[in-house]
Amino acid sequence: MRYSGWQVIKQGLSGNRGWKPAWRDPAPKAEYDVVIIGGGGHGLATAYYLAKEHGLTNIAVLEKGYLGGGNVGRNTTIVRANYGLEGNSQFYSHSLKLWEGLEQDLNYNVMHSQRGIVNLFHSDGQRDAYARRGNMMMAQGDDAILLDREGCRKLMPFLDYDQTRFPIFGGLYHKRGGTARHDAVAWGYARGADQRGVDLIQKCEVTGIDVENGKVVGVQTSRGAIRAKKVAMCAAGRSGQVAAMAGMRLPIESTVLQAFVTEGLKPVIDNVITYGMGHFYISQSDKGGLVFGGDIDFYASYASRGNLPMMEHVMEAGMTLMPMIGKAKLLRSWGGIMDMSSDGSPIIDKTHIDGLYVNAGWCYGGFKATPASGHCYAHLIATDRPHEAATRHRLDRFNTGRIMDEESKGSQHNLH
Amino acid sequence: MRIKCPLCGDRDSREFTPMGHETYMNRPDDEGWSPAWDNYLHLRDNPAGITREMWYHGAGCTSWLRVERDTVTHDILRVELAADVKRGNS
Ligand SMILES: Cc1cc2nc3c(=O)[nH]c(=O)nc-3n(C[C@H](O)[C@H](O)[C@H](O)COP(=O)(O)OP(=O)(O)OC[C@H]3O[C@@H](n4cnc5c(N)ncnc54)[C@H](O)[C@@H]3O)c2cc1C
Ligand SMILES: [Zn+2]
Repeated sequence: MRYSGWQVIKQGLSGNRGWKPAWRDPAPKAEYDVVIIGGGGHGLATAYYLAKEHGLTNIAVLEKGYLGGGNVGRNTTIVRANYGLEGNSQFYSHSLKLWEGLEQDLNYNVMHSQRGIVNLFHSDGQRDAYARRGNMMMAQGDDAILLDREGCRKLMPFLDYDQTRFPIFGGLYHKRGGTARHDAVAWGYARGADQRGVDLIQKCEVTGIDVENGKVVGVQTSRGAIRAKKVAMCAAGRSGQVAAMAGMRLPIESTVLQAFVTEGLKPVIDNVITYGMGHFYISQSDKGGLVFGGDIDFYASYASRGNLPMMEHVMEAGMTLMPMIGKAKLLRSWGGIMDMSSDGSPIIDKTHIDGLYVNAGWCYGGFKATPASGHCYAHLIATDRPHEAATRHRLDRFNTGRIMDEESKGSQHNLH
Repeated sequence: MRIKCPLCGDRDSREFTPMGHETYMNRPDDEGWSPAWDNYLHLRDNPAGITREMWYHGAGCTSWLRVERDTVTHDILRVELAADVKRGNS
């Protein structure tokens, strides 16, 4: 069924009895051309683009839980293309362009809202760094405006501009940045993939990867063995475990990132704001909740929940930046497992095993990457060549010294 | 999360900085690049379950500790001085 305003009226007038499930619930077949491990945003997008752009439809996405139950449904929904590093810059720019056509392409409302992002800066040195970043964004063909303090005040009058510790000097304004409804992105891609014949198989955990003579031949799952010509790992926070099934070790350590949401409030924050000196960023959802977060809890974790110290840290940062937030009541907090790569950038590559591919290392920034990750991964799987927007996201870059360290911190765990 | 430092006793985890897997205790001797460096800096088992890590007690005795921890439950199972582990008398 094509979704449209007309359908909403028609179904509404007939008691909403005509809606069909958005995707099937098939049993796994014995064999597929491509098996994708992980039904998060990236796995579903990969299946969608494999079917749409490369005509491959004998595909299964195997998800151990339910579609959208992983990080794709846990993130704070920020979409942006303000990266500066060669390779990342092209990749996220490619992603934002896909976002801009996504709803028409999927015939699905993912509530993509280009409400703008302001990265605040708090010193002369930081202003220089952000001006440089803005120039790099413009050189890539994306948008950036350097706001002074008064420019920021017009957009966000409620911030504490004169705090003694970190007064606000200005901000880098990326107007095409914004947010999207995270679950809807998973559902939109799922529906699109299903319509093109992809089998989305839930409650199906991959427990082994079968390799014969250096070539992948299938997977073992909680719902039986499935043969496959190609297997695409796409398990985000669980990438380490899935790769281990193929005897691989990745340059990844999994940690937990927390997020928070307040009770619904009247519109107050129009755009996305990031604090340049504290670990804090915030936006307001269409439901009215203030959605915010900070840094990872810096230890390895698979607990899907964080601890209180980071929560307290985030609240403190929020209070120094916008004291009014102290009046809001916190409604919920949660965590998601982050696949932190040692240089802070992702991996989309082949592996040393023929027919086995890896997509991992998304750290805390993989939601905005969803369209490009799926698009480039599908290209790699279908053609065995990297997509031009993702030539540098190689698995061997760590061992060859071609690391992609966006923040110039070093390629070592716990620096990102 | 509380960590029982062998020197300072039971303390709030905020006094400590996690450094990552215990791989960091064994820096390769090679001067040039070798797979040992890739192992040391990048590659990880990344287990869901029991792991051993380096933690630094910065707001206490400033010792480096080796902490055995469950990454699924956040339970802390064992804490030793890294120096003791290195000397082999843990
Ligand atoms: C709190 C939080 C805030 C974030 N904020 C942002 C943000 O504002 N902007 C941004 O760009 N990014 C953000 N991120 C990061 C982003 O959400 C992730 O990088 C991205 O969602 C990861 O890709 P995915 O959607 O495919 O992952 P997931 O949705 O986690 O998909 C992986 C799937 O693989 C499945 N799986 C794992 N192992 C197996 C197995 N053995 N067999 C079968 N299936 C398996 C899992 O169940 C899971 O569903 C945030 C993340 C968190 C947790
Ligand atoms: Zn101590």
